[in-house]
Amino acid sequence: MEIKNKEYLDDMVRQLNESGTKVFVGCLDEFINWGRGNSIWPLTFATSCCGIEYMAVGAARYDFARFGFEVTRASPRQADMIMVAGTITHKMAPVLRRLYDQMADPKYVIAVGGCAISGGPFKKSYHVVNGIDQILPVDVFIPGCPPRPEALLYGMMQLQKKVKVQKFFGDVNRKTDKEE
Amino acid sequence: MDNIITIDKYDFHDVALEYKEQGYDFLRCLTGMDWGEDGLGAVYHLENTLTQENVVLKTKTTELSDPILLSVCDIWKGAEFYEREIFDYFGIRFLGHPDMRRLFLREDWVGHPLRKDYDFSLNPLRMTNEVTADMTQNIEVLKDGSVIKKREVLFDEDEYVINIGPQHPATHGVLRFRVSLEGETIKKLDVHCGYIHRGIEKMCESLTYPQTLALSDRLDYLAAHHNRHALCMCIEKAMGIEVSERVQYIRTIMDELQRIDSHLLFYSCACMDLGALTAFFYGFRDREKILDIFEATTGGRLIQNYYTIGGLQADIAPDFVQKVKEFITYMRPTLKEYHDVFTGNVIMQGRTKGVGVLSKEDAVSFGATGGTGRASGWACDVRKRHPYAVYDIVQFDEILYTEGDCFSRYMVRMKEIEQSLNIIEQLIDNIPDGEIQVKMKPIIKVPEGSYYAAVEGSRGEFGVYLESRGDKFPYRLKFRSSGLPLVAAMDTLCRDAKIADLIAIGATVDYVVPDIDR
Repeated sequence: MEIKNKEYLDDMVRQLNESGTKVFVGCLDEFINWGRGNSIWPLTFATSCCGIEYMAVGAARYDFARFGFEVTRASPRQADMIMVAGTITHKMAPVLRRLYDQMADPKYVIAVGGCAISGGPFKKSYHVVNGIDQILPVDVFIPGCPPRPEALLYGMMQLQKKVKVQKFFGDVNRKTDKEE
Repeated sequence: MDNIITIDKYDFHDVALEYKEQGYDFLRCLTGMDWGEDGLGAVYHLENTLTQENVVLKTKTTELSDPILLSVCDIWKGAEFYEREIFDYFGIRFLGHPDMRRLFLREDWVGHPLRKDYDFSLNPLRMTNEVTADMTQNIEVLKDGSVIKKREVLFDEDEYVINIGPQHPATHGVLRFRVSLEGETIKKLDVHCGYIHRGIEKMCESLTYPQTLALSDRLDYLAAHHNRHALCMCIEKAMGIEVSERVQYIRTIMDELQRIDSHLLFYSCACMDLGALTAFFYGFRDREKILDIFEATTGGRLIQNYYTIGGLQADIAPDFVQKVKEFITYMRPTLKEYHDVFTGNVIMQGRTKGVGVLSKEDAVSFGATGGTGRASGWACDVRKRHPYAVYDIVQFDEILYTEGDCFSRYMVRMKEIEQSLNIIEQLIDNIPDGEIQVKMKPIIKVPEGSYYAAVEGSRGEFGVYLESRGDKFPYRLKFRSSGLPLVAAMDTLCRDAKIADLIAIGATVDYVVPDIDR
């Protein structure tokens, strides 16, 4: 059955409800993103100081379970999001890239702290990557050295907002399909 | 200033052996040096564990293209990793060393970064995966005096080798082990460090002294105050600055709070690694109370930047004394709760008792200080050996166990929390009045010479070796990591243990990886 326009849809829903069939109509993207945004599984990944703050966010006082982040996964294959908490060095960079490549789509990256954003206090070192955006696409940057747990939570909520406006089934592809 | 005895490079092994036989059985620190045109060399800090006497030896070679020194890793086991570090930093090969690989940097790294003439442009970011070699090399002298490189097998082709880390929740950071197994039994363990090697020592050479302080906090972030204390003490010692009583008291209290903080985190993580998730929340709940106290005074939770050369950044918060007292009254009964939750548990006891035994001789030989050394019966507490700040006027016990297994390592740390509470209790009411900052010149210059200062960090002796040429930058600044000797001992600890025990051993040895890699 093809739905021609919104009036047709509204009419159909009204008719069905009047005849006793209880239905409601919503956007499937919104529904999926509601679920996806509220259960983002992070990878347990931490290289240095920021990792301790990340643990603190997971523990009792700050408790990121309130926002659906509590299922931390040790395997990148099960994770939705990687929080790069800490300095990334030249030796670690290919490993981090490999971890990212192993994650299943859709996947997100949060750069936590000065080191991951730009190299931070170690910018001039011979062995530190000056910002992980050189090797990964980053969704959210959280500044600080290390960021406070509140800042981490705020950054994670920004990622949730980003997830919630995405089109899971793709928007662009359908358009190009018609034209060609 | 340290009195350094210079020894010819050809005699060094014999002289070192003599010192060992005289009782200098603890290699405190081994520092690689580049003296420019005077050659490359190494500085050895030795200590007699019975008399606490110290001696500093130095040897050097003027051959710059292929420098070779004699290895002492048959005398002190801890030297094995230190010498690999020096090879990595300076390119000095050690004759008689069984495993002359790089320790921190990639195998395909060009040049040796801590040499003064190192060219930064040689090593762009490489995104290729690093190939892990099963072979290593050592060097040997033939009868005619020529030196040859010999390849040696680390892991045989038919050995079953599994890889743990660098991304593994139980390695507490980005440390990597390669483990050779026979069934479930560990036959050999090879440690790969350097995944968080940030090159702090090289960076310090181009920073002014107050600037170097900022990096020390980020080495072992669970001993941020201790690290900074050691560096401040070293610079103060070099410049002959006396800080006021008040500063000494506050520093001691802060150090002990930091130690409790670190041990609580140790408790949380060790329990989580062994499967007790509830204990993790208990530990973190109480750790937050200490962080609140820190935050009120220093403004930071983890990285505090509180000590300065000659004093403190700011005076203590008005409610500091009251908050600390409240914490002490809260903490004592909570410790009992901790033991109820976890220590008495039969699974915990089964997984830790008799597992991963480190003998006292090995602990001394590796230089495995801190809780790990004390669990093996070695009285290695710097607070007792070389008292600093106000540790000479407070009463506290040095917790010693003799078993050297995982359980005693755990218990040492839990009992140290009580001792730290005792220390704070003795000081908190008597903080004297006084200046919190000695007046310093705007540009700090340290007189020429070599200086070493050490504090008891959360997981062992943390030392700073400073060589100054009278400039406003240090000529060489070496941090004696408390963690590197601990991972050096991991192979010995894990031999013939089960693979599942590796987790318990790693958790109780309690290393912090950025401190190892620096």
